[in-house]
Amino acid sequence: MEAYLDNSATTRCLERVTDKMVEVMRADFGNPSSMHTKGVEAEKYIREAKAFFARNLKVQEKEIYFTSGGTESNNLALIGAAMANRRKGNHLITTSLEHASVFSPMKYLEGQGFRVTYLPADESGKIRTEDLKAAICEDTILVSVMYVNNETGAVQPVDETGKLLRESGRDILFHVDAIQAYGKYRIHPKREGIHLLSVSGHKIHGPKGSGLLYVDEKVKIQPILFGGEQQKGLRSGTENVPGIAGIAEAAAACYEDLDGKVERLYQLKERFVEGISRLPEAVVNGETGRGSAPHIVNVSFPGVRSEVLLHALEDKGVYVSAGSACSSNKPSPSHTLTAMGLSKERVESALRFSFCFETTQEEIDYCLQELSELLPVLRRYVRR
Amino acid sequence: MFQAFLIKYGEIGVKGKNRYVFEDALVKRIKEVLRPVDGHFQVTKDQGRIYVEAVGAFDYEEAVSALRRVFGIVSICPVVILEDCGLEALTQDVLDYVGKLYAGQKKTFKVHTRRANKKYPVESMAVNAEIGGKILEAFPDLSVDVHHPDIMLYIELRSQIYLYSEVIPGPGGMPLGTNGRSMLLLSGGIDSPVAGYMVAKRGVCIDAVYFHAPPYTSERAKQKVVDLAKEVAAYTGPIRLHVINFTDIQMYIYDQCPHDELTIIMRRYMMRIAETIAKETGCLALITGESIGQVASQTVASLAATNDVCTLPVFRPLIAFDKEDIVTLAKKIGTYETSILPYEDCCTTFVAKHPVTKPKVELIRKSEGLLAEKIEEMVAEALAGEEVLEIR
Repeated sequence: MEAYLDNSATTRCLERVTDKMVEVMRADFGNPSSMHTKGVEAEKYIREAKAFFARNLKVQEKEIYFTSGGTESNNLALIGAAMANRRKGNHLITTSLEHASVFSPMKYLEGQGFRVTYLPADESGKIRTEDLKAAICEDTILVSVMYVNNETGAVQPVDETGKLLRESGRDILFHVDAIQAYGKYRIHPKREGIHLLSVSGHKIHGPKGSGLLYVDEKVKIQPILFGGEQQKGLRSGTENVPGIAGIAEAAAACYEDLDGKVERLYQLKERFVEGISRLPEAVVNGETGRGSAPHIVNVSFPGVRSEVLLHALEDKGVYVSAGSACSSNKPSPSHTLTAMGLSKERVESALRFSFCFETTQEEIDYCLQELSELLPVLRRYVRR
Repeated sequence: MFQAFLIKYGEIGVKGKNRYVFEDALVKRIKEVLRPVDGHFQVTKDQGRIYVEAVGAFDYEEAVSALRRVFGIVSICPVVILEDCGLEALTQDVLDYVGKLYAGQKKTFKVHTRRANKKYPVESMAVNAEIGGKILEAFPDLSVDVHHPDIMLYIELRSQIYLYSEVIPGPGGMPLGTNGRSMLLLSGGIDSPVAGYMVAKRGVCIDAVYFHAPPYTSERAKQKVVDLAKEVAAYTGPIRLHVINFTDIQMYIYDQCPHDELTIIMRRYMMRIAETIAKETGCLALITGESIGQVASQTVASLAATNDVCTLPVFRPLIAFDKEDIVTLAKKIGTYETSILPYEDCCTTFVAKHPVTKPKVELIRKSEGLLAEKIEEMVAEALAGEEVLEIR
């Protein structure tokens, strides 16, 4: 039996997604910028995709920009917004829990003269709005907070943050990395006070190399890619039409009967967490209730290095991620778990299990069964 | 501008009656490394020299970098080939050549003519004088030094005229295949690929054995070893990589033996297995990357304890090297970057916190007695389950 429980790393494309993409690549393969019919036919897919996302996010079509994925969306949002608004101030705020595609651009911006505040996390892996409030100052131009943490599934107080920023009366942009949240939550940027929102295709059963950035029409950001001025000059480069058609198709599929599917995910997650609680010495990191994301569980197995357990599970056909990319030569423990104040032992023995709408109860039970058999064996062979 | 290479080899020249064996091996290896290079090449032996001539267009850089990986080559001289159209035309061609390579440089030179074609109407000394004089006139920055010139300008008068002066160093050593085949114990570390390179440089073909221990070592750790083998194979020719699953043996040793002796006993079993494969596949020796005192299992006492199980000679070319020197070599041959990728290898997984550094062979043998019940069977099983990969 196989159990693919690494859906926060990537998901499998839906068949209706690949069908659509093949149709674009074989039949309607034109360059959307071409003046002839072939170009018009290709452009149709982009229009349809924009229309879908505009409806889905309750925004305007002209506020949707397609990118090569989450990393580009985050880079464009942060670097583009910071650079375009540096006259207003040079202070940026983010959290100590962000993905590298937010963290690294922030480091880059620090090198460009910006000052960045990294908000601390509490033990559940969430930021405190008081800390955010305290961090805001005259010079603050941008706040970036992820919606769902990719390692723990913790849901950040995005609503409160948006509200707080709006009530501050200052002109502060709000970026949300929604890469792990989109497709599981209904997100409406206008209502939540979000000016910039990043989405990735391959986390929601769409193709790799597809993503989008929502940019509020009132917000000025500058491009990070230069060329043929496609997408109003904000994102040059021939549009990835199959990718755009694919991400739209995947998103449409996700939001069909969303509540029912999310409810089922929560039930799977609860079953899994319950099973984990019966394993000796296994401890779930962060929250697990309905306040956390329905598809991510992070568990530490003290006494067993995550990499070893990962490979042992792999051998049984169970695929998961290590909470930390730990190794003998270059230990780099997860900064998210470290920021939550977890002990070294818990950080180094953490695994992430992530589900999708296709995950079955059998897969969950199989994984739990294998864990209960492997753990006693692996615990016997430790460094003494 | 260059259409050929003159290949100079060192030690082979002093060999006796079997010199042709070495030369033929060198020619064979040169042909092998040039096969993937853009262009078509003719490799010929002629009066104690090897010429590589390109027929038509070829990628010069690629050809040079391929030749620089051939053991046995001491130096590579890029050659310009000229048609014989009389001394005047030759002089002009030489001036063009010198102009392209050395114009404006303050250097000394000497012209050295070899008149292989005895029908050439002018004697070599006269050619030297004529052309040397014209060079002096044309390039005021150049001067003559007949004893220690910076530039030795060779002119070989054959049916065509060969002109060369540049010397690109080769790796030296002996041609591959002139000294049998040996089995390298290859880990994912910095040392073992370098050890394999060094022994191969003496003309020894290489096969390798890698011990992996899933789930304690990952598929990526194995891929890293395959990548390293590939990098070594660029010098040594195809490597047959034997991958042995060592997990069960390792766990059994862990269960049965004193923990401070784990590494030594483990290494003894690795040696035994490597030797068994070596003998089955016609290898004449084992090669390891061990270096005295680098880690607990490489103290002289530990090496002796490991060596105790081997009957084949064990070559440890890095034995007296400092780590820094090994790193320098690894960087030079291009294995370093891969070696430092962070994947666990099976030696570090079970290592004791305080391993023995002065093991006594008798005590180790006694501890191994505790494995008597199952170990033979487990070793046989590991050997039966080996995966063999052809790395080229």
